[in-house]
Amino acid sequence: MQVLDVDYMLGLVPILLRYLPLTLQMAAVGMALALVLACGLAVIRVLRIPGLNAATLLFISFFRGTPLLVQLFLFYYGLPQLLAFLTQINGITATIMGLTLHFSAYMAESIRAAIVGVDRSQTEAALSIGMTNGQLMLRIVLPQATRVAVPTLMNYFIDMIKATSLAFTLGVTELMGATQKEVAGSFLYFEAFITVAIFYWVIVELLAWFQRRLEIRLNEAYRR
Amino acid sequence: MIKVTGLVKRFGGTAVLDGIDLAIEQGEIIVVIGPSGTGKSTLLRCLNFLERPDAGRLTIGDLDVDVTRASRADILTARRRTAFVFQNYALFANKTALENIAEGLIVVNRWPKEKAHARAREILERIGLADKADAYPASLSGGQQQRVGIGRAMAAQAEVILFDEPTSSLDPEWVEEVLNLMKQLARERQTMLVVTHEMSFARDVADRVIFMEGGRIVEQGPPDQLFSSPQDPRTRDFLHKVLATQVTIDTPT
Ligand SMILES: Nc1ncnc2c1ncn2[C@@H]1O[C@H](COP(=O)(O)OP(=O)(O)OP(=O)(O)O)[C@@H](O)[C@H]1O
Ligand SMILES: [Mg+2]
Repeated sequence: MQVLDVDYMLGLVPILLRYLPLTLQMAAVGMALALVLACGLAVIRVLRIPGLNAATLLFISFFRGTPLLVQLFLFYYGLPQLLAFLTQINGITATIMGLTLHFSAYMAESIRAAIVGVDRSQTEAALSIGMTNGQLMLRIVLPQATRVAVPTLMNYFIDMIKATSLAFTLGVTELMGATQKEVAGSFLYFEAFITVAIFYWVIVELLAWFQRRLEIRLNEAYRR
Repeated sequence: MIKVTGLVKRFGGTAVLDGIDLAIEQGEIIVVIGPSGTGKSTLLRCLNFLERPDAGRLTIGDLDVDVTRASRADILTARRRTAFVFQNYALFANKTALENIAEGLIVVNRWPKEKAHARAREILERIGLADKADAYPASLSGGQQQRVGIGRAMAAQAEVILFDEPTSSLDPEWVEEVLNLMKQLARERQTMLVVTHEMSFARDVADRVIFMEGGRIVEQGPPDQLFSSPQDPRTRDFLHKVLATQVTIDTPT
């Protein structure tokens, strides 16, 4: 018996490639939605908007305090029993929902920290020339907070890409689901799973490279 | 003209401003001096609503409000008619020198970007930093940053520019260039209210010097009068400490 069935692994590559787009789409959509939601939550926290602030704290506490897998099951199996109109929820939607809510809870806290970290005197300077709070946020605070938050947010994006693999537990055939199906016929567990592992690894390394370039660009204004 | 009457600001229980009355004529250059912690910064910040005063009346042009009842619109109007120069420059770190100056014109006055940038270039010329238009604050010296800070205030075309110790954070080597720019503005009769410890600036440039202590205006007058024959013992005491080595003060016997 050979140590490693390389031919099998190479044969797996084109098959897995077909499922790569779904994995990336779930992560991209989840990330986009999570970013929007996290920004909203962070602003509520920073401005301490009465009522909403407490609700936001509860939201963050719950989604950080429970496992992502449990949350996915809750959305996929649990919610349709509770809310009739969700009977049609499919695995992909449930996964995106779970990823969005789960990661937005983490991201909200790092965005909040980045916003609070922007030098207070610049806020006063912006107000002193007659900017409104909204203009101050959009033109001065958020651009600077972005620079601080980007490295952390990119790390969450990387985590999210890896977390899409949980979608297979909801019956979604993405990278991990496809691997599962393949291995069911071949029983070459090591070959199959190391191949899919390398898939994730390459994606993450590409992203890390992009992240470094992005950070260099974002830091341009701050070089002495 | 700018006028405040009965301005009061409390932090906790203590009145940091304890009934300030002050009128500033157009083109007037006023220097505020006084010991640390007497409310000089707080006075400037209240005029700009960076602090919300607890009592008083504020008049700037046709704006005339009870400060405790000022609406959001009143506050924005007051801020647009007063410009602030900060001790630590407070430049927008994500914007170039040009953009720092043009920002208010674009966002607050809603000028088209080209027009705002053209005006910002004129101002950069006047503050002697035309070649630094595209430099970010982090790459500028303290003196250059503060000149941009003043340029940003100039762009606002405010009724008055409020300076809160504009040279106090600067390395000594940069103080002169900032004071020179302020003198230039004074020659152009830009209305200014300046908190500073630079007594020579007060003596050379001010129309009126105000001595504050304990949240009140203790004494005020033209600089030669206030510096050479202060009436209140507290003024005398303060000037003695600050000026002891610089000028002789005639102490009435
Ligand atoms: N945000 C604040 N909260 C509480 N106390 C404050 C606040 N700002 C200022 N104070 C207090 O008010 C008093 C006046 O402060 P202010 O900064 O106006 O003094 P100042 O005359 O500008 O002093 P300095 O010459 O040191 O700048 C001080 O005792 C200060 O501790
Ligand atoms: Mg002060």
